[in-house]
Amino acid sequence: MSIDARIADDQPDSFAFTRENEAEAKRIIAKYPKGRQASAVMPLLDLAQRQHDNWIPMKAIEMIAAKLDMAEIRVLEVATFYTMFNLKPVGRYFLQACTTTPCWLRGSDNMMRCIKDRYGISSGETSECGRFTLLEVECLGACVNAPILQVNDDFYEDLDYASTGALLDSLEADSPLPVGSVTGRSGSEADGGATTLQDLKPAE
Amino acid sequence: MPKLTVNGIEVEVEDGATVLHACEEAGVEIPRFCYHDRLSIAGNCRMCLVDMERAPKPIASCAMPAGEGMVIRTDTDRVTKAREGVMEFLLINHPLDCPICDQGGECDLQDQAMGYGFDSSRYEENKRAVEDKHMGPLISTTMTRCIHCTRCVRFATEVAGVPELGAIGRGESMEITTYLEKTLASELSANVIDLCPVGALTSKPYAFTARPWELTKTESVDVMDAVGSNIRVDSRGAQVLRVLPRLNEDINEEWISDKTRYAIDGLRRQRLDKPFIRGRDGKLAPASWDDALGTVAARLKKAKPAAMAAITGDQCDAESMFALKRLFDKLGSGNIDCRQDGAALGGARAGYLFNSTIAGIDEADALLVIGSNPRIEAAVLNARIRRNWLATRLPVAVIGPQMDLTYDAETLGDDPAILADILSGKAKFAAKLKRAKKPMIIIGMGALARPDGAAILGKAHEIADAYGVVAGDWNGFNVLHTAAARVAGLDLGLMPGRGQMDVAGMYKAAEAGKLDVVWLQAADEIDADRLKGAFVIYQGHHGDRGAHIADVILPGAAYTEKDGIYLNTEGRVQYAGRATFPPGEAREDWTIIRALAGRMGVNIGFDSLDELRAELFEIAPHFANQDEVKSARWAKFGGRGKISSTPVAAALDGFYMTCAVSRASETMGQCLTALRADRAQDAAE
Repeated sequence: MSIDARIADDQPDSFAFTRENEAEAKRIIAKYPKGRQASAVMPLLDLAQRQHDNWIPMKAIEMIAAKLDMAEIRVLEVATFYTMFNLKPVGRYFLQACTTTPCWLRGSDNMMRCIKDRYGISSGETSECGRFTLLEVECLGACVNAPILQVNDDFYEDLDYASTGALLDSLEADSPLPVGSVTGRSGSEADGGATTLQDLKPAE
Repeated sequence: MPKLTVNGIEVEVEDGATVLHACEEAGVEIPRFCYHDRLSIAGNCRMCLVDMERAPKPIASCAMPAGEGMVIRTDTDRVTKAREGVMEFLLINHPLDCPICDQGGECDLQDQAMGYGFDSSRYEENKRAVEDKHMGPLISTTMTRCIHCTRCVRFATEVAGVPELGAIGRGESMEITTYLEKTLASELSANVIDLCPVGALTSKPYAFTARPWELTKTESVDVMDAVGSNIRVDSRGAQVLRVLPRLNEDINEEWISDKTRYAIDGLRRQRLDKPFIRGRDGKLAPASWDDALGTVAARLKKAKPAAMAAITGDQCDAESMFALKRLFDKLGSGNIDCRQDGAALGGARAGYLFNSTIAGIDEADALLVIGSNPRIEAAVLNARIRRNWLATRLPVAVIGPQMDLTYDAETLGDDPAILADILSGKAKFAAKLKRAKKPMIIIGMGALARPDGAAILGKAHEIADAYGVVAGDWNGFNVLHTAAARVAGLDLGLMPGRGQMDVAGMYKAAEAGKLDVVWLQAADEIDADRLKGAFVIYQGHHGDRGAHIADVILPGAAYTEKDGIYLNTEGRVQYAGRATFPPGEAREDWTIIRALAGRMGVNIGFDSLDELRAELFEIAPHFANQDEVKSARWAKFGGRGKISSTPVAAALDGFYMTCAVSRASETMGQCLTALRADRAQDAAE
């Protein structure tokens, strides 16, 4: 994929941080020693993405490069390296489905199939209504509660075909389910409740 | 100084050396792709794996610092297997298109696959395909062949100072590209072609022209600038097909500029391949050597010595200049000048040399540039300044127009009066210069090739004295020439004496009708129109400015077509070899002058190149010491007098087309067009 294929066709003519984000950017940059401002590139890209409907336009990349005294290509390298940075517009609900081995063993295929059945989209595509974008990602680091679907910033865990459908219903209604395991387990305790350390009483 | 053993051989290496260096020290060859001596260590190709005692797995020798007592083995089964494995992985996505790849025959991947690879492939899946990228008129890309060593990225960022190349994406979808596919805006860009270990980046002008084993390789010296980069001229038959850099640690290391590499297609165009005489109708008509020499001889015989003059060009070899000077001496004329731009040079040798030597740049700790843009006048030398700046944050200040040198430089302004401010300590940069232990001044033709050049040179001398630029072993006073022939010309005394004409004097005399004959030896950077009043003899290789006003053209040889001695801006003596013969009836330049002398019945004292050189060494013995610099004693030079307020300008108005050869080059033309298009696009944004 060349750069053209990776970035949005329709790019805005300019990009600038809002006043609050400008202040936040300043705060982030100040965290790093002088001459090491380039370390702030990832938080700044994130800031830009949050401000700009969950995707980063090229003007933002150029703005960040100028701010951090980096070459534009260096910022683009970072932005294209991480799947978490979007260089093209995405739907309001950005679904990142983990299909790495543990999630796959625990049925991530069913989760993916559910999404496909509903919206007819595969990884990297946006639904016709424009509200859902699916991206297949590598390990999200929550394997104990596999399979995982990340919706924007939140993890939904223990999904199967039916519960994925219920989750999508709730998103369509714009009243998302509570974050975490959809089977209701607490944290990552064993399926069916705690099995060890039963006699330990919580401190009173 | 850690001591370690490699395959049972004990070696001692310098502190900070890597295991790979230690292996080389022990005479063990380590295959590598991403590692390069002059670039930072990436450690991503994994080809250099070796076994280290007590390490659980093979280590990447290029990135592992050599430690005391390490026991390294490169001949174990595990190393052999590791290499085969890495090779197999690299070849998974590398196309099997060697027969149509320009890198074939000089490809690291090919060679190392033969030497260290597995005998067959087990891979049956589809190979990855990558879109080719646009990188300008010099670099042809076939990105499917790329093995992601990132040498080109590191070169552009570190050496060339144009961080425009990068690797986007990750894993299998990683790709090397420029930001939004712009032309690589560097004068050194084509070095990435040499660096590329595979055929991903190849030479566009040389595409599908020849295989390396068909070429005759001649060691030579570049004349496109005054750096004297060492080059290898590859030719087939009568054609020069390409120019590659030759390693010389003291000059160009292993880089050459794009002009050095690609102006050579200009050697095939607009060539003067037979003698011409301007007829009564005012048109140049082909003539025989006999007629041409006869006409010239008659003219010279008729002219009074005071009314004949000669100007030598910027790319002449020492021998032809010497021969011409000898002829003029015998004819009794001293009106000869090798400074066609009118630069105020001459006199004490320290006043026209790059005294610190080019390698001396590495030691400087403050730099004042006066009237020069080293980036376009001496791109390879500029890379050295940049390296010093990268390592030590060398403070640099420029007197001249605002310019991008690829490192931070303070522009003091283009008013020559700043020189006086520096001398008095008023200018901002003066304190930094004062503090420096090895301060350096680079003064260029932008400051010297003007009517008050001598006064500026004198002022620079005063600054050098006041700021300890010359102290002990250190001489940081440097003149950066733009002409490859200049130092040799000055050393040989191709300057008018008292009462004789310099180039400005010749213009005046020609306009006043007092100049009968002027001999232009490949001199094209002149105000040709002002010489029209004289009978112009043009001895040279290209139908450029000089030839257009000529009354007789004596076709000579370009720099690849003759054995010649060149002195670079340091005064380093270098011998260039002949790669091809001059085209058509053109002749090597000294032979033309010898033939003419014979025709005129003048004895100039030599009949062969060896005899000529013997005579030359007589008056300038240091020319015999190949590759040596004869350092100059610090002495008085430069003039006094008023310095005008005319702004200090750049010596050259561009990089690509600066001489007869590069002006005739199509490739250089394309580079210029691409550069202008990119600039226009930037301006529009």
